Amino acid sequence: MKRRWNWPIWLGFIVAVGGLFSYEFFAQFPITRDFPWANLLLFAIGAALLLVGLFRAFGRPQVYRGKIFGSIFVTISFLLFAFFAYEIFYVLRQVPLSSHAPRVGEKAPEFTLVDPNGRSVALADLLSGSKAVVLIFYRGFW
Amino acid sequence: MRSFQHRLSDFDARGTRIVGISVDPPEINRRQSQKLRYSFPLLSDPRAEVIRRYDVLHPGAAPKGADIARPAEFLIDSSGMVRWVNLTENIAVRSRPEQVLDAFDQIAPVVQ
Repeated sequence: MKRRWNWPIWLGFIVAVGGLFSYEFFAQFPITRDFPWANLLLFAIGAALLLVGLFRAFGRPQVYRGKIFGSIFVTISFLLFAFFAYEIFYVLRQVPLSSHAPRVGEKAPEFTLVDPNGRSVALADLLSGSKAVVLIFYRGFW
Repeated sequence: MRSFQHRLSDFDARGTRIVGISVDPPEINRRQSQKLRYSFPLLSDPRAEVIRRYDVLHPGAAPKGADIARPAEFLIDSSGMVRWVNLTENIAVRSRPEQVLDAFDQIAPVVQ
């Protein structure tokens, strides 16, 4: 008898891969970037489907396929998740302490920098005629 | 910074200017400003001098190992004094415009 296609394994694997590669998309929005719940949810759905598929493959091997490729997909998915978790919960938190950054009540260090049109802009220029200035230091796009 | 662009009218209404600072050269900043339609300036600090002065350098953090800025936000009043600072502990978590607007509204009576 020809064994049946074990679709939860395939779908679970695709969802788990999507959980990793959709990060760039979800990172655009603060609500899914501050805590990556959307990606974690995808990984959880993927894991559930993979488990269902694996139970089928090993529980009723005469009916369902997937003992070998199911195990391979589960291993790859787990490695993808481990990589994601390492990046999100370890690498992203390796931020320097900045213990000498100007504090509240201190004078902000003066500077002169170049804007996109090549003009020099000093902090004093920004402050003149305005009530406050927000400096946003960012990593850049390289 | 996209979210700051969306709330720019609220910053304008408070007489508050926004600038972004990174190691990116002006050409990249021009391209990014056009692409993302930022109407506040992105300033270039290619040798990270100002970034060092503010102690917000993240050494070797760029993909090719270059020194870049860590995310950080400062609110400075018209006398040049720092009134609010956010130094995140997670690169992915940055200030939202509402936090900065709230911080401004709290110091506003003094500033005005």
